[in-house]
Amino acid sequence: MDNKLEKIVQVLQEKAGATLEEFRGEVHVLLDAGQIVDALTFLRDEHGFSLLSTLTAVDYWPQAEPRFHVIYQLTSLTQNLSLQLRVPVGASQPKVPTAAHIFTSANRREREVYDMFGIEFEGHPDPRRILMPEDWQGHPLRKDYPLGYEEPQFTFNFEEIDLRKPYVKE
Amino acid sequence: MTMSEYVLQEIPVGPYKHLVSERAVTGETMLLNMGPQHPSTHGVLRLLLELDGEIIVNAIPDIGFLHTGIEKNMEAKTYLKAEVMCDRLDYMNPLGNNLSYCMAVEKLAGLDVTPRAQALRVILVELQRIASHLVWLGAFGLDLAAMSVFLYCFREREVILDIFELVSGQRMMTTYIRPGGLWRDVPVEFEAAVRNFLKIFPKRIDEYEALLSKNPLLLDRVVGIGKLSAEDALSYGVTGPGLRACGVEWDLRKARPYMGYEQYDFRVPTRKEGDTYARYIVRIEELRESLKIIEQALNKLPMGPVNSDNRKFVPPPRSELGTSMEALIHHFKLWTEGFSMPKGAVYSAVESPRGELGVYLESDGGPKPYRVHWRTPSFDNLSVISLITKGHLVADLIAILASIDIVLGDIDR
Repeated sequence: MDNKLEKIVQVLQEKAGATLEEFRGEVHVLLDAGQIVDALTFLRDEHGFSLLSTLTAVDYWPQAEPRFHVIYQLTSLTQNLSLQLRVPVGASQPKVPTAAHIFTSANRREREVYDMFGIEFEGHPDPRRILMPEDWQGHPLRKDYPLGYEEPQFTFNFEEIDLRKPYVKE
Repeated sequence: MTMSEYVLQEIPVGPYKHLVSERAVTGETMLLNMGPQHPSTHGVLRLLLELDGEIIVNAIPDIGFLHTGIEKNMEAKTYLKAEVMCDRLDYMNPLGNNLSYCMAVEKLAGLDVTPRAQALRVILVELQRIASHLVWLGAFGLDLAAMSVFLYCFREREVILDIFELVSGQRMMTTYIRPGGLWRDVPVEFEAAVRNFLKIFPKRIDEYEALLSKNPLLLDRVVGIGKLSAEDALSYGVTGPGLRACGVEWDLRKARPYMGYEQYDFRVPTRKEGDTYARYIVRIEELRESLKIIEQALNKLPMGPVNSDNRKFVPPPRSELGTSMEALIHHFKLWTEGFSMPKGAVYSAVESPRGELGVYLESDGGPKPYRVHWRTPSFDNLSVISLITKGHLVADLIAILASIDIVLGDIDR
C-alpha cells in the first residue's frame, strides 16, 4: 500500500473502527453506516478526496447479515490516490445516511442505488427512482429479482402461453 | 382540430414540487417539457424546464428512457460473452468500453498484456476518441446551426470506422479488445490505413477550426455561456474535457498511465474559463494530441504475439487444435464454461472521450461476473446541467447540452 494512503487508513481505523481489505493493490475499507458521513467529510476536507468517482452497491443474497455492501469509490486528484469505502447493510430495512450534501454527485448515484437495490438513503433530498419507470415494482439488480425472458411458444403449448401474455386480445 | 381547440398541456407541479421554485407552484413560472424526442437532446433525454419567459429557472433532467439493464444482463453471462454487452453502453466509444472492461478482467485475473497488444489498443482507442469527438463536433455545429461541419466530421469519421471494419469486421460493435489481448492481430493493410488517416486529418482539423473557432456567429452563442467552476465540477463528479475546461489538469492517461501511455509524449489541454467555448477548444486540442499519440505508437509498434499465452484465460490459436490435446481441451472449456476468476473485487478506470469510465467488477470465484457496475462519465457530466443553465436562455441550453457531450446509452446503461 502507498505510504500516504496507509496513514489515512490508519486514522480511519482509529477514529471509525474501520477494517481493511487489500486486493490487487486496491484498498477497501469497511465501515459502519453510522460512520460514513464523518469518514467522507474527513477524507474530502483533510485529504483532498474531492471526487466521488462512483457510488454503487452489491447484493449478497441469500446472505442476510449483511445482505448488501454500499460502495463509495473516492479519488484524490491532488495526491493521486484511490480509496474504496464499503458499508455493510442488513436485509431488513436497508438504510444508509445520505452523502448528497458532501458530494453533489452522490445525489443521483444514491437514487440509482435506491432504484436498483431498494436501499434507502436517509435524508436524501430527492428520493425518486431514476432509471426505471416511477411505478415500477421491485428493484432489478437484487439477486432475487429474476432476469426476465419470453417463453418460447410451440404448437403444443401455444394457447396456454398466449393466454398469459400481457398484450390486449380481441 | 382547429387552433382554438388546442389546450396547453401543462405539467402538474405535484411530483416535482421539491425541485422547482415556489414561483412554479403559484403559476408565475411555467413548466415546459423538452424531449425525450427532440433533435437537440442527443438521444432520448427528457428535460423538465422551469421557465420565466425565455429564461431558465430550473432544468431537471429525467433519464432512463434507454435503460437496457446491461449490468443485470452481464451478471447472467460468462466473462467473454458479457463483453459484447459493453459495446452497447457508450455507442460512440465501443473500443474504449472494451478496453476498460478487459482491463478490469485482467486486473482481477492477474493477466499480462503483450507490448504489441498494448500499442495496438492505444492506437485503436485513440482513433475511437477522435471518432467520438468528431460526432460531438458535428452535433455541436448542427445544434448551433452550422450544418456543414456535421457533414465534414462524418466524412472523416467514416475513414476511422473503415479502419475498425478492417481490423474487426465491424464498424461499431467491435468487441475487438479481449481479456488478455486482442481478438487477433491486425491485418497488413492496417498500418497504411492509419498512416493515410494521419496524413489527411491534421489539415481537416484546421478546416473545422477555420469554420468555427473564430466564427462570430458561434462565439456569440458560446463564449461565457454555461460557466462551471472547478469546485462545482468536482462536486458534481464531472470528469474528462468538461473538467479540464475548468482548469483542472486531470487525465487518467497522464495521472495513472495504463497500456503504456507513459511512453508517449502528449499534452493534456486545459482551459481556465469553464464555459461552453472552453469545452469546445479543449476537445479540438485533444484531437491533435490523440493524433500525436497514434503516430508515436505506430512508429514504434513492437512485433510479437498479441495475446497472452495463459491458456486458462485466452483461447489457443486455431493452428494448435489439430496437434495438441491440451489446446483442444482449453478451447472446449473456454468456449463452453468460460474461465473462472479468483474471488475478489476490483475497480479499474480509463479515460474515455467523455471522462473517467470505470468498471467495478466483483467475482465470487465462478465463470460469471457476480456484479458489474459501470461508472459512466455522462451520468455525472449531465447532472451539472441544472446548475450551469440557470439564468440562461432556452437557446443557450442547446449549446450547453451540446458542449457537455452526453451519450444516452452511456447514461442509462
